[in-house]
Amino acid sequence: MLTFTLRRLLLAIPTLLVISLVIFLLVDLAPGSPMAEIPLTVPPDVRQKMIEALGADQPVFVRYFLWLRQFFWVEPASLIDGWFGTTLAEGEQRILSWQSRSPVFTIIGQRLPQTLTVIGTAYLVGILIAVPIGIYSAYRQYSWFDQAGTLFAMIGFSVPTFFSGTLLIIVFAVWLGWFPTKYDTQLVVNDWASFVKQIKQMAMPVMTLGLANAAAISRYMRSSMLDNMGMDYVRTARAKGMSERTVVLKHVLRNSLIPVVTVIALGIPAIFGGAIITENLFGVNGIGAALIGAIHANDLPMVQTLAFIFAVLIVLFNLIADILYGLLDPRIRYD
Amino acid sequence: MKLRAALMGAVAVLGIAPAAFAERGTDGEVKLTFPQAVSIMNPYLSGGTKDIYASSMVLEPLAGLDPNGVLIPKLVTEIPTLENGGISEDRTSITWKLLPDLKWSDGTPVTADDAVFTWQYCTHPEGGCSQATKYEGVASVEAVDPQTIKVTFNGPKANPYTAFVSALSPILQKKQFEACLGAAAPTCTDANNMPIGTGPFKVTGFTVNDTVTLAANENYRDPAKPAFATAVIKGGGDAEGSARAVMETGEFDYAWNTQIPPDTQASMLAAGKGQFVVAFGTLVERLETNTTDPDPALPEGERSTAKHPHPILSDIRVRTALSKAIDRSILVEVGYGAGGKPTCNVIPGPEGWASDNDGCIAQDMEGAKALLDEAGWKDSDGDGVRDKDGKKLKLLYQTTVNPIRQDFQALIKDWWTELGVEVELKAIDPGVFFGGDPGSPDTFQKFYADIEMYANNSESPDPESYLGQYQCKNAPTPETQWQGENINRFCNPEYDALYATMATTTDLAARQEIAKKLNDMVTKDSMIVIPLVHRGTLSAHSNTLGGVQINAWDSEMWNVADWFRVK
Amino acid sequence: MTDASATQPNPSSQLRDIWNQFRTHKGALFGLITLGILILAVLIGPYLWVPEKLTVAEAIKLKNQGPSLRFPLGTDQLGRDMLSRMLLAGRVSLAVGLVAMVIAIVFGTFIGILAGYFRRLDGPLMRLTDMFLALPLIPLLLVMVMLFRDRIAGMIGPELGAFTLIVFAIGITSWMATARIVRGEVLTLKEREYVLAARSIGAKPNRIILRHILPNVVSPVMVAATLGVAEAIITESVLSFLGLGFPPDFPTWGRLLFDGLQYMQVYPERVVWPGLAISLTVLSVNYIGDGLRDALDPRIRGR
Repeated sequence: MLTFTLRRLLLAIPTLLVISLVIFLLVDLAPGSPMAEIPLTVPPDVRQKMIEALGADQPVFVRYFLWLRQFFWVEPASLIDGWFGTTLAEGEQRILSWQSRSPVFTIIGQRLPQTLTVIGTAYLVGILIAVPIGIYSAYRQYSWFDQAGTLFAMIGFSVPTFFSGTLLIIVFAVWLGWFPTKYDTQLVVNDWASFVKQIKQMAMPVMTLGLANAAAISRYMRSSMLDNMGMDYVRTARAKGMSERTVVLKHVLRNSLIPVVTVIALGIPAIFGGAIITENLFGVNGIGAALIGAIHANDLPMVQTLAFIFAVLIVLFNLIADILYGLLDPRIRYD
Repeated sequence: MKLRAALMGAVAVLGIAPAAFAERGTDGEVKLTFPQAVSIMNPYLSGGTKDIYASSMVLEPLAGLDPNGVLIPKLVTEIPTLENGGISEDRTSITWKLLPDLKWSDGTPVTADDAVFTWQYCTHPEGGCSQATKYEGVASVEAVDPQTIKVTFNGPKANPYTAFVSALSPILQKKQFEACLGAAAPTCTDANNMPIGTGPFKVTGFTVNDTVTLAANENYRDPAKPAFATAVIKGGGDAEGSARAVMETGEFDYAWNTQIPPDTQASMLAAGKGQFVVAFGTLVERLETNTTDPDPALPEGERSTAKHPHPILSDIRVRTALSKAIDRSILVEVGYGAGGKPTCNVIPGPEGWASDNDGCIAQDMEGAKALLDEAGWKDSDGDGVRDKDGKKLKLLYQTTVNPIRQDFQALIKDWWTELGVEVELKAIDPGVFFGGDPGSPDTFQKFYADIEMYANNSESPDPESYLGQYQCKNAPTPETQWQGENINRFCNPEYDALYATMATTTDLAARQEIAKKLNDMVTKDSMIVIPLVHRGTLSAHSNTLGGVQINAWDSEMWNVADWFRVK
Repeated sequence: MTDASATQPNPSSQLRDIWNQFRTHKGALFGLITLGILILAVLIGPYLWVPEKLTVAEAIKLKNQGPSLRFPLGTDQLGRDMLSRMLLAGRVSLAVGLVAMVIAIVFGTFIGILAGYFRRLDGPLMRLTDMFLALPLIPLLLVMVMLFRDRIAGMIGPELGAFTLIVFAIGITSWMATARIVRGEVLTLKEREYVLAARSIGAKPNRIILRHILPNVVSPVMVAATLGVAEAIITESVLSFLGLGFPPDFPTWGRLLFDGLQYMQVYPERVVWPGLAISLTVLSVNYIGDGLRDALDPRIRGR
């Protein structure tokens, strides 16, 4: 397993380099320009000057290699400078967003906390709701609980978040007045009152996303459990006089987790990627909102950096999923 | 008349009274929300309205504009004019006198050097300054003495109030931005996000595209203002969400740009927590007709260029008929409600500049049909679509993705279908449409369609530079990488000649006459542009926020120093 | 289609077994009937329910009406009859949802089985999957539309062209999850005793895959398919929202839902109809999937 992991990690480097180039070319090829959001009152010659000042008129490979250098050398160096007070990156140009002219990593740093808290919590809540529902639905297939769970799950993913989110706002913010509609990113949690405030402002986005996540995961959990319930080993285990609890939670669950692990591993990078619509709706302004804003403004350095970090996480978590497969089912061998 | 004056006086006193007695920082926090979040606080590196409005709470120009488009002094003792000698007899220079004892928010004095520096900053060739047009024609800016700024122009300037006027052109602090000239401009992140200014507030915190936190500037020139101790600008979401946060949940005091359907406006008003306010500038939603042939069969490089005149729309009768078939009041009712008015002008205001052209307001379907008949477009095969010489009267009508615009497209398509015109609709992502990427076929400049709809406006009450876009030479062509503002490829030597006289005419009344004539030449005389709706900017404020005076000519936060909490 | 296989004598008794089992599944029958009704409604509905022809001025006076005899589902903000719009919209949404789902599922399952079964293909195919997962969706769609829209429209006409492009775009951007899930399942399945047994008696890989592997990955694939329909219908509305979908006067359920959103407080029925239609479609696909899963499972079928 160790050699497998090492080999995969080594292989990840060329893979990621290729992915970064493809992303770069793709974003560059996409129609639109960094001037898209500049008012029409700004005349063409001024626009041209602004594009030149951004360096957006340079050939695509020049910009790609500049980005590579900045990402792999300047940014780590300036991080080390920040920690140890060295001057490794002095005079070097960090990756600057075209839209805001701020360093991209500063923006990510500003946004990561709310993305991780809100989207991460929503994901966790989703898993915590989905796994028990999925297990029990499968165990009591076609019971009223299973039917209700099915209905809940179907509604959960057939209703898009832009709809469920708006509905929550109208009910809980406008009619009941319980929760704020706009997330305050500046809130510092340092006492009970501010903690309550944080919980309140997280409630609606977490519900919106949690519902969507729970719906999908519970369906995979249920179907996979069902597949295993009828297996011979389950009958054997029962025949041996094991308690139902041990049979279901130990044997069936363990063998049913592979698709669920895959789905969760696919979902975790998405936590970093944020949730574009939900973040926008509730003003969470995390990574997802940054990405969509950057795409609309054709902010290439920002899109490229975010998409690349996203790619790293995907490759990493898919590797973790593969390792987990091996742990869940020792028969799986990669070598 | 007397009664009205008295009433207005009373209103004015009522409006100002609480603020006048208030002390600085006694009213707590004012919370603003923008549907587009603030990216940067330096208007010279942005251009987005959101950034300009936010920075106007901190950075100030020498003079601003009030809601009527009239100049008001901000950092100067008075507005320079010919009469008071501030403008030289030959109109080649203008001299501004700074207020005495003016201080930056860090306590250092404001001097004429700061203005000189601001000019150098924005005109540096490598700086990519987005407000460079404000300094066009400026030969030099000099500090005559620490209090006196003299702007010299290359020649006589009809409108000398461009540099250092309005929120688009504020004064930067030389000390803070000295190291940020030219190519270094974008690297000064701290200065760009937390500029030191003279305005009523100073920046205390900035998170990109999210939140700006501000506090009252203790060195603000009026010791009683601002009434609020702190301010927050939260960005993100959409127009509806922003409006809701003010009008229904009361979380915010002011929401800029809350363009939502009239029905929803009414239901939000019913919640009784706030008001919508609207300001009319010169923003006009219009149909632009293509005078050149966008036929995809033409070779690339000739499509939509002056080489091939448009086979249908070159005929003024067709363009006029298309305009006559539209009922603009229905468009307003559906799309904008109180936030729009039907118009036939590209320059709908301010008063004095707008032509009295209103011939298009009443819908005239029969007249339109008659015109098409006269032009030879008849439905010869009875399929409901007019044709001529075997060619169908079929138009491709494109605009950006936007719910109101899609409603407009549907309505106009219905009217034109009734007229006997077959219409194909297309909606394009605004980032692509306005992006101007020469590689994309869907930009508004390339105009690979017959009709397109969007809104445009003049950024100052004086529309000279705005009218300049319809000159022949500004047509987008493959040679100019499809850059150019003359979207219609309109070319009329008379227009160009009249426009040339505008630059040398200094008398206000004469300038207004020329502007009206130019407006008529592109609208009612030729129907090259088919104006639809004069759009206002709709904002919302809470009933507990006093002193708001919405302004279409300058930042909506132009008088934020006077805002106060209604108790 | 499935009806035919039941009434006519079928050469393959296994297929009939599956159908017999499927028939006893109440949920599956409900799903099949609902989906059938929906498809029938959108196919022939627009011919049966022809909205009255109104001029713009007349229609505007009738805007935002609630349900009535004249307008069974009410009217929209321009006075258009919602029922006829819902029916027209359903054609596109159902077609896009089902076809795009099938493309994504078939492609995803294919890649997943290849990667899971053949160790040599695992690396390259999964790295390809990683790349597709990492590509930012919106620029990808913008580029695809920019490159291919006019070409495809030139070949098969603007509307069919838009349909092909949308289905293809959704399919190509949503197969990755299925591929990874199927691969994970195949990795464990191929080490199971019966597969090892089949291999030891010299069965060819394609036979092992078809007989032993494929039937056992059906259940996660069915879940992915159910999720896929909902996702495709919603993604289509996102595409229209970006101006990449059908022409703007072409209603789809996703777009009606999106358009109704800003009127949600004033006229809630505007979002209820399309929301209900999407939910019903997804629910019926889910139950059909459940029934198929049970029917394909020989252990359950025997009971």
